[in-house]
Amino acid sequence: MSALKSFEFVAGIFLIALIGGAVVLSPFLFPDGGTAQSLVDRLTPPFQAAQYPLGTDPLGRDILARVVVGGRISFFVGIVSAIGAVAIGTVIGLLAGYYRGVWDTFLMRFADIQLALPFILLAITVIAIIGPGLDRIILLMIVAQWVQYARLIRGSVLSLREAEYVQAAQSYGLRDRAILFRHILPNAMGPLVILGTLNVATNILLESSLTFLGLGIDPLTPSWGGMLADGRNYIQTAPWVTIFPGLAIMLTVLGLNLLGDWLRDRLDPLGRVT
Amino acid sequence: MPVLGYIAKRVFQAIFVVIVVTLFISFAIRLTGDPAVMMLRESANVTPEDLQRIREGLGLDRSFPVQYWEFISGLFTGNLGDSFFRGAIAPLVADALGATLLLAATSLVVSLIISIPLGVHAARHRGSLADQTIRILSLTGLSFPNFWLGIMLILIFSVTLGWLPASGFRGPASLIMPAVTIGVILTATNLRIVRTTMLDTLNQQFIMVARAKGLTERSVIYKHALRNSSIALVTYLGLQFGSLMGGLVVVELVFNWPGMGTLAVDAIAQRDYPILQTVISILAMMIVAVNLIVDLVYVALDPRIRLE
Repeated sequence: MSALKSFEFVAGIFLIALIGGAVVLSPFLFPDGGTAQSLVDRLTPPFQAAQYPLGTDPLGRDILARVVVGGRISFFVGIVSAIGAVAIGTVIGLLAGYYRGVWDTFLMRFADIQLALPFILLAITVIAIIGPGLDRIILLMIVAQWVQYARLIRGSVLSLREAEYVQAAQSYGLRDRAILFRHILPNAMGPLVILGTLNVATNILLESSLTFLGLGIDPLTPSWGGMLADGRNYIQTAPWVTIFPGLAIMLTVLGLNLLGDWLRDRLDPLGRVT
Repeated sequence: MPVLGYIAKRVFQAIFVVIVVTLFISFAIRLTGDPAVMMLRESANVTPEDLQRIREGLGLDRSFPVQYWEFISGLFTGNLGDSFFRGAIAPLVADALGATLLLAATSLVVSLIISIPLGVHAARHRGSLADQTIRILSLTGLSFPNFWLGIMLILIFSVTLGWLPASGFRGPASLIMPAVTIGVILTATNLRIVRTTMLDTLNQQFIMVARAKGLTERSVIYKHALRNSSIALVTYLGLQFGSLMGGLVVVELVFNWPGMGTLAVDAIAQRDYPILQTVISILAMMIVAVNLIVDLVYVALDPRIRLE
């Protein structure tokens, strides 16, 4: 398995470094933010003009520039909402696992409800009512995902709080907060990191789906989902407008999934993250 | 009887979830504004009397609990009331639900046909080149944005080759691309599940006994091991039902498939909230029901399961 493992690691790091690096450097690489139009060059096919390696869209904008700049939205939404969900889920999971009682009941019932409402359905209902926007998408993802982390942490805490070293800490008279954050949490971190990595991938997919449906990011901001929605009408005449942003999503998500899978074997030998 | 207690508790939980979800949706929909104003938003010279007449016609002059009760009982009796712009809701939803279930079932069959033999093979030859290839393929399948995969299939098989219809529902050929799109993602997940559950089963003693009896390898794998791991497989499939429905919504839109997802997104575009409320509630209830059935079947099939 080790050959496969190192392949997963190398391929994952390569994809994320390549795409993530370009996205981070995009203000220097493409100072116009991918918005410059040149109608004379509209719908240039890829690999034909040195100036537009991946071709241009119906408004004569550089596809490569828009794909790289559009990645900012995807990475931002993916990472920020995963961090938000981890933070809230960790605190509630710690409380539910350590104190049980009301916290536990609240968490488990909320998890039941969340299981019955797939995110996309929840999102289209809520966004239909409150309107689209970057902040709302991030908020919705946090609301939809904190439960997973809370359940994961709760499970770890339930077993760790019976561990001898935790009981020793209690008998020393350590405060609950110190026990939870200094002794229990570090031992429950592995699965959290794995789930977080995989969730950045899921979030990138979800954001692009919502934007594709017209329920996500403002169409004027370059984003992968938005480019796909625009390109759909040109699929017969200019398929490259649709191919490249989709490929960018796929390779990014694949890179994160490869890393997540590699992390799973390193940090979670017991298979707590399914 | 702890089993009866467990069943009662599980059924109670399911009812609780359905009530919370439908209450949330009904309440949230009412935050969008006055339906009467929305229905007449394109008409000129609207008088307060016109608005009042529409409110009474839709039953909006009554209290929220009464309206909620009518909505919930309507979900069970089929009397779903009227939409704003498209007439009675019941026939619209019935057609859409049929189309969605047809697509879901076909995708599931496609994915099981591929993932069971491949997953079993990977588990039997753990660590082999085939196992590793299957694992990477499954990760790749999980990384496709499903709507983009759909568009790429349209590009290849409709635009370029002209073999299959790109959208709508015109006979069985229309089913192929949407089913494959959903099927690829389902297969990626199912492959991992089949492989893991088979690995667990193959390590158990009854498999050793079956082999020691001199049964053929084929009979050991497909009659004994696979049957045993199918319990776990069914459970995971049940848990996936929710995300399957979520994925369908987007893919239906790409192929203009006349299902629940297309109905919901059209309803949003027209701001036809009674349709949206019904569609979301029905999908949520189906997901709750499937999860409940899976849990109960699980107890029936395997009495050793801990009832907690």
